[in-house]
Amino acid sequence: MAEGQRGRGAEGQEVPTGLGKDLVGLEFLSAEQIQLILDTAEPFKEVSERAIKKVPALRGKTIVNLFFEASTRTRISFEFAEKRLSADTVNVAASGSSVSKGETLVDTARNLEAMRIDMVVIRHPASGAAQFLASRIRSNVINAGDGKHEHPTQGLLDLLTLRDKFGKIAGLKVAICGDVLHSRVARSNLWGLLKLGAEVAFCGPYTLIPREFMQLGVQLIPRIEDAIAWADALNVLRLQLERMEAGFIPSLREYNRVFGVTRERLQRAPKDLVILHPGPMNRGVEIDSDVADGPHSVILPQVTNGVAVRMAVLYLLAGGGPDWRQQAAGRRQEGGGADE
Amino acid sequence: MPSVTRLLDGPAVTQTLARMAGEVVERSGTEGLVLVGIQRRGVELANRLAGIIEQAHPAANIPLGKLDITLYRDDLSTIGPRPRVGETSIPVELEGRIVVLVDDVLYTGRTIRAALDELADFGRPRRILLCVLVDRGGRELPIQPDIVGLLVQTTLDDRVDVAVTELDGKDRVELVRGGPV
Repeated sequence: MAEGQRGRGAEGQEVPTGLGKDLVGLEFLSAEQIQLILDTAEPFKEVSERAIKKVPALRGKTIVNLFFEASTRTRISFEFAEKRLSADTVNVAASGSSVSKGETLVDTARNLEAMRIDMVVIRHPASGAAQFLASRIRSNVINAGDGKHEHPTQGLLDLLTLRDKFGKIAGLKVAICGDVLHSRVARSNLWGLLKLGAEVAFCGPYTLIPREFMQLGVQLIPRIEDAIAWADALNVLRLQLERMEAGFIPSLREYNRVFGVTRERLQRAPKDLVILHPGPMNRGVEIDSDVADGPHSVILPQVTNGVAVRMAVLYLLAGGGPDWRQQAAGRRQEGGGADE
Repeated sequence: MPSVTRLLDGPAVTQTLARMAGEVVERSGTEGLVLVGIQRRGVELANRLAGIIEQAHPAANIPLGKLDITLYRDDLSTIGPRPRVGETSIPVELEGRIVVLVDDVLYTGRTIRAALDELADFGRPRRILLCVLVDRGGRELPIQPDIVGLLVQTTLDDRVDVAVTELDGKDRVELVRGGPV
């Protein structure tokens, strides 16, 4: 890169659109913005392969991981992404924090912000929590899963994994199988896939498939055998037993018998499928072990891509956040005053 | 209207690179040599230099690396466009080797500062040499090149454009005065 030609990328062109302040859902991004994230994730894959897995891009940024719901993969993945970009991170879990004393979400976030943080990664059981927070604080907000709404970084890592496997997303046939009703992963996948030109079908028991999505051009394939015959890739969702009250399915055994992705069913498919699963898996329920660990599974590459995609999102959002120095200077000019 | 001065044309670029390749070998031999280009035109120039050296010394096999310094810039935290990040690949262990860092234009020195930081994260070379096609002055950091193709005095309003065949269809170095910087 020629020096002195600042603000230009390796291509010598300005990157026109950023992502804005927050990442709440893929529904609110354009196809170009989604492509930008996926393209940016590519070079970040290499950073994780280095002996020293760290670049200084987010040095001095403070990021709070605010997790109101259990998570292993997503929280650790975000934490690796943050640390590999040299950000300082703090993890806050709902249990063991003031949240258990009844503090509201906004109060928690405002108190954190008063400590001059730059970004919040939030996971919350209520749909819309990320948007709610994003509109009330100045820091960048990244949605790490809000209720049944969206889990955008999961959607992005699924897109990246499909793109790695097939070379492109446009024209792909992707069947999202199982518990669509309770799944934020399904919603983020749906938006991302449709925006990038893929065909999407839902497959699962009628009780777990919301019919409203048919308006977006999503097909409904009632039988798993037909979905396997139709699709290039299956995204097998986790049966979210913790979000269900009784009555959605007769029993886990019956679910596996009718909707389980098994080796026998895959063997009867006309072509090789790619199998995705967002984890954690209920082995023997929605997916059998020999499929999850088999040659068609890209479940572990999904996890690897998760770190790269989250690094890309953090990198692209950084800079759109609050400039505390500027605000401090502003306060001084106004004659000081109490700390907010 | 910006005025454009041609500093090097195609044959002159070829000639200059040949002289630079000679200087690289003169200063460091071919043993343990690695050429690392800075994205993007530095990568092409490094490629060219390695080709010239290997032609003159058929026994030499010179590994080529690429460096994208975007993530090591010191102006990332300031609000602005997020530059697209290119590929970085260092194919060999740098321990004990002589690294020749190649870029098209040397100006403020900040790119090179970032490149040195990034190289340090890959290992500890025995020596690093800096090799640039054009040194346009205007340093903001205490960084000097070891091998220079062309030295040209410029002002803040000038721009030095380097075109290489691989990316731009032809080799050319131009000084643009009064255009957008």
